[in-house]
Amino acid sequence: MAAPRPLPRLDDTNRAFWTGGAEQELRLMHCRDCDAFIHPPRPVCRNCLSENVAPRTVAGTGVVDTFTVNYQKWHPAMEVPFVIARVAVDGAPGVYLTTNIVGCPVEAVDIGDRVRVVFERQDDVYLPLFEKID
Amino acid sequence: MTNGDAYITGIGQSQVGMKLTRHPLLLTLDAVREALAEANLGIDQIDGVSTYPGRTPGLLGFSPVGADELVDALGIKATWYAGGAEITSQLGAVVAAAAAVRCGLARHVICFRTVYEAAALARPDEYPVPRRDRVDGTSQWTAPFNALSAATWTAQYAMRHVKRYGLTREQLAQIALTGRANAALNPRALVREPLTMDEYLSARMISSPLCLYDCDRYTDASTVLIVSAGDALDEVSCTPIRIAAMAGSVDRLSWDQAEWMACYPTGIDLWKHTDYKPSDVDTAQLYDGFSFQAVAWLEALGFCDIGEGGRFIEGGKRIALDGELPLNTFGGQIGAGRLHGFGFAHEAVVQLRGKGEARQVAGDPRVAVCTSGGGPLATALLLARD
Repeated sequence: MAAPRPLPRLDDTNRAFWTGGAEQELRLMHCRDCDAFIHPPRPVCRNCLSENVAPRTVAGTGVVDTFTVNYQKWHPAMEVPFVIARVAVDGAPGVYLTTNIVGCPVEAVDIGDRVRVVFERQDDVYLPLFEKID
Repeated sequence: MTNGDAYITGIGQSQVGMKLTRHPLLLTLDAVREALAEANLGIDQIDGVSTYPGRTPGLLGFSPVGADELVDALGIKATWYAGGAEITSQLGAVVAAAAAVRCGLARHVICFRTVYEAAALARPDEYPVPRRDRVDGTSQWTAPFNALSAATWTAQYAMRHVKRYGLTREQLAQIALTGRANAALNPRALVREPLTMDEYLSARMISSPLCLYDCDRYTDASTVLIVSAGDALDEVSCTPIRIAAMAGSVDRLSWDQAEWMACYPTGIDLWKHTDYKPSDVDTAQLYDGFSFQAVAWLEALGFCDIGEGGRFIEGGKRIALDGELPLNTFGGQIGAGRLHGFGFAHEAVVQLRGKGEARQVAGDPRVAVCTSGGGPLATALLLARD
């Protein structure tokens, strides 16, 4: 996927998530009052309605909850096939990230695979992709 | 005696095609005219309009006509109207209209969904899609990973069924094969040629396990349902179809944070609003923008257990036109075109009135279920002919 990816517009709420990769950190919004993680990030906790929330760094590992191998070129420059997956993030119950599993053949990905974050920088955004843990 | 229920009375549909040149407002008018004629209502008797998702500037092919535009263009004197995307999917517009007539806010509401995606794509000068530098809102969580289509989001739910419950391609194929077989009997269907299992199995993958034939395709059409108040039925001439139960849900407006698609809680909830049971349903018209969504709806509505959807449709006999639960008898969106939710309610009414002609379900059907939505949004309607 050498073609440029669509990038998020950064704001005060999502910036920690999208730029944590500069320090090799996966950062999720977290509630200091009830310990819940809030994703997508918002300035309020959806579990207890507390506003006492702040980004928190998690381990950066997880499990493939489900996935698909995408074969369709949604635009001409897209390189296919590639894996789109939903990763359950370790240490952040209920948080899933849509991402790509990289660094292995598409046939090698399965539900339940253990994965670890790898960041891909594009402009000012650090995209959290994942690779399999052997 | 007052009748506090809401009914679907007149129904209408424009020409269904790809790259149509007729103006989308006029396609909508075609469908309105057909619906009014069937109910023997005049436009001056319409006092409400409801649509999904309203006019969408920047994505005009997706929704080129808004509720206020229709009100103004047709000279409707409305006491209530609504149009928007922030509702429990396409048929949420019918739910809103039913609530309005039950509250006495209107007597006869035109509900419509007009789609113009094939035409807009073919005429980008007329229907430009503005370039955006950056994505925001919910798409920022999928688009950067090139998960650019609902096909890739739905495929991930389908893959879980493959891995966890053993859903096979041959089983999933039955949604497309059934839809295409029924579409061949529907003069207005977008695709009139049947599909074979060999063609299905050799089709190119879009996003595994979904292949080309698991996806609907861009369509130009308008579909109209008139929702009427129970105490206004003496003004209409067609057989009224009662909205016996309605349900809808949203939890996370997200294709990845929700454990399951919204159809599951919605399907359970529907039966809490009625004494009817799944075994009373004579025909099911279930959203199949992607084939797997219809499988999920079958499970969600309790026609089979969760995870059993593949085995339920295996071989296709059970969901065929002459099967025990005829499914998507007009072709579904895969066969009849991407009418975007409203086609399912339209067909449920056709079948309950016995007007399906070559595709009519035998045995005088009296109860039908129709649904819209995949992913985080879902709406289900149970319709009955009393």
